Amino acid sequence: MTRNLALFAGLAVLFVLTGVFQSWNLSLSILNMGLLSAVMAMGVNMQWGYAGLFNTGIMGFVALGGLAVVLVSAKPVPAGWNAGGPGILLALFLGAATIAAAVYLYRRMPKGRTRSLTMLAVLVGGFFLYRAVFDPAVLAVESNSPQNAGNIGGLGLPSLLAWPMGGLLAAAAAWAIGKTALGLRSDYLAIATLGIAEIIVAVIRNEDWMARGVKNLTELPRPFPVPYEVDLQQTASFLNWTASIGADPVTASSITVKLMYAGLFGLVLAAVIWLSERALNSPWGRMMRAIRDNEVSAEAMGKDVTRRHLQVFILGSAVVGVAGAMLTSMEGQLTPGGYSPLRYTFLIWVMVIVGGSGNNWGSILGALLIGWLWLIVETVGPGLMGMITAGVPEGSLKSHLVDSAQHMRLLSLGVILLLVLRFSPRGLIPEK
Amino acid sequence: MDFLNGLVTFLNFVFVPALAYGSQLALGALGVTLIYGILRFSNFAHGDTMAFGTMVTILFTWWFQSMGINFGVLPTALLALPFGIAATAAFVLATDRVVYRFYRRQKAAPTILVIVSLGVMFVMNGVVRLIIGVDDQNFADGARFVISAGDFKTMTGLAEGLAIKSTQAITVITAVIVVAFLFWFLQKTRTGKSMRAFADNEDLALLSGINPDRVVQVTWILAAALAAIAGVLYGLDKSFKPFTYYLLLLPIFAAAIVGGLGSPLGAITGGYVIAFSEVTVTYAWKKVLGYWLPPDLAPDNLVQLLSTDYKFAVSFTILIIVLLFLPTGLFKGKSV
Repeated sequence: MTRNLALFAGLAVLFVLTGVFQSWNLSLSILNMGLLSAVMAMGVNMQWGYAGLFNTGIMGFVALGGLAVVLVSAKPVPAGWNAGGPGILLALFLGAATIAAAVYLYRRMPKGRTRSLTMLAVLVGGFFLYRAVFDPAVLAVESNSPQNAGNIGGLGLPSLLAWPMGGLLAAAAAWAIGKTALGLRSDYLAIATLGIAEIIVAVIRNEDWMARGVKNLTELPRPFPVPYEVDLQQTASFLNWTASIGADPVTASSITVKLMYAGLFGLVLAAVIWLSERALNSPWGRMMRAIRDNEVSAEAMGKDVTRRHLQVFILGSAVVGVAGAMLTSMEGQLTPGGYSPLRYTFLIWVMVIVGGSGNNWGSILGALLIGWLWLIVETVGPGLMGMITAGVPEGSLKSHLVDSAQHMRLLSLGVILLLVLRFSPRGLIPEK
Repeated sequence: MDFLNGLVTFLNFVFVPALAYGSQLALGALGVTLIYGILRFSNFAHGDTMAFGTMVTILFTWWFQSMGINFGVLPTALLALPFGIAATAAFVLATDRVVYRFYRRQKAAPTILVIVSLGVMFVMNGVVRLIIGVDDQNFADGARFVISAGDFKTMTGLAEGLAIKSTQAITVITAVIVVAFLFWFLQKTRTGKSMRAFADNEDLALLSGINPDRVVQVTWILAAALAAIAGVLYGLDKSFKPFTYYLLLLPIFAAAIVGGLGSPLGAITGGYVIAFSEVTVTYAWKKVLGYWLPPDLAPDNLVQLLSTDYKFAVSFTILIIVLLFLPTGLFKGKSV
């Protein structure tokens, strides 16, 4: 226990040092990203630590959370919606109905050639029907002032509402993927989730009608209590307060905003920890660990392994989806180009493994520590590389070396992962 | 005549590109399937192994070019390829010695090995980006076409041309040679036979005196060679970019699983299945159908089932269908 407290205290010192030697703004923005990553790591820990499920599609669930923010809280575009919104909804409904019909036929009809042919006919017919409704509707939506809008718009609801929605979207996707890939060998889940994540991001990137694709959707509202810096700087009480402590209003406002985000994220993180600690120490949690440690004997005891796996897979993905929604809320815009598997899938994995898989506190420690390292290298790295290469004459070699500082992150991350797996596979805070 | 024009268009835009792409995927999937059959885990670092081999080959190609060495009408990269293979094999054997061997002795669960291969993927990814950067590199030289569209038109008098890029021809020929060699090796040589015995039943193979370390080493060397060849062929045909190679992981795995993990014949079939479906589904059929259908039935729109941005969705869908209906793949690979 004292060791764990010491680890967290050491982590706090890192953030304080960053604040003192770099700037408090930087320290807080790293802390916020760290808190978000911690929520994601909690989701991954549920899947991997509690149940031993290997999910390599975290990026996809993060992106779905971001999409939920756009759909719920972006400002409405009535013209775009009227042009083709209902058509798109109808098309999506038709698509879902086609798949449902095919599944129904598969379950109800006797096995044989007739069944295959009927299913094929339903799927092909459904696909062309879907495209026939979908294409004109999309064209109508996207041709509505493409410079500024070209999308169906959001509902204009508060950003906080989007967070649970993000969780729901991610859970729905997890259900679909879990239904197909769980119950097969463990590598298949990894490959299937890797694929679904790429597809989700490709959809967000290319379907302009949904969230404007790579044209990015900006001006998403902030979640409830967080004010805008500009508004703060014009509030008399805030200005009086900064004057009384002798702070610069601009810096103070941005630090205040970041602190409020940190508070909000901290609340969500606390709620997730509380819930999952309760779950882990309940009969359900013991059952999950029993399944993880020995599937065969758990099954012999009458536990439905595949069903429990599906359950925990959905729960974990939903937590990741909520974190993704929080991320997009904080950034105020959805940038599909920013979703890279490295940053949002594999980095989270390193956090969980370094922190200690199966232990929630370990995941949080890992998330804050690796998050700090990852972001501090971004600011300090090029300078450090410049210092190292100070003796190298100016020229292409030197600029190549300085530019390559960011790739050093990949290399060192891989080395850290391999070293932890080899020499301390239970992580910094091992499971009890 | 219309029928022939349509056929030539089909060959030009669908068949030839898909054949070349399928050969590249097949070589990649063969590497994955070999590792899976003998070392019993899905190697996530395979895409980056391909990138590593290609990078070394590109560096040697540049060096040869700077010395004025070339291969006539063939790309210089083919001369550099043996060096790429050697470097990749050395790197991969080193990772096996430093990283994988420990877990093999521990008899670690396959999932742990997959995570370890993720770590290796990071390291290789970092090394490749550190050395050659993240940008596109085009390193094909030599003759560009075996037959160009214009020549084909004058030769046959058809309205449509059939272009065969030399890189496509090289890809298919190399793939045939490599696959023939691999099958000869696995079926006829003593080492190949011991590899198949090891894949079939590890305990029995050990009992009959097969040296496991040697089998593992040969497997890694073969996988490295296949990865480097597949990577170079893909890079010659398209271009080299580290991130694209990471993305190739999905179609390659799909190919290996569709064919049946652990089955070399399956990997080859799977590669072509994935490539042909991907190209067919993302190709705009308007022109071909315009030739083949009577004029009043000719389509007005592009008749493109999916935009090329979603080509991953194709390999993914095939993967899901196979997982649902045929978990052991077309050629009865291993399912557990």
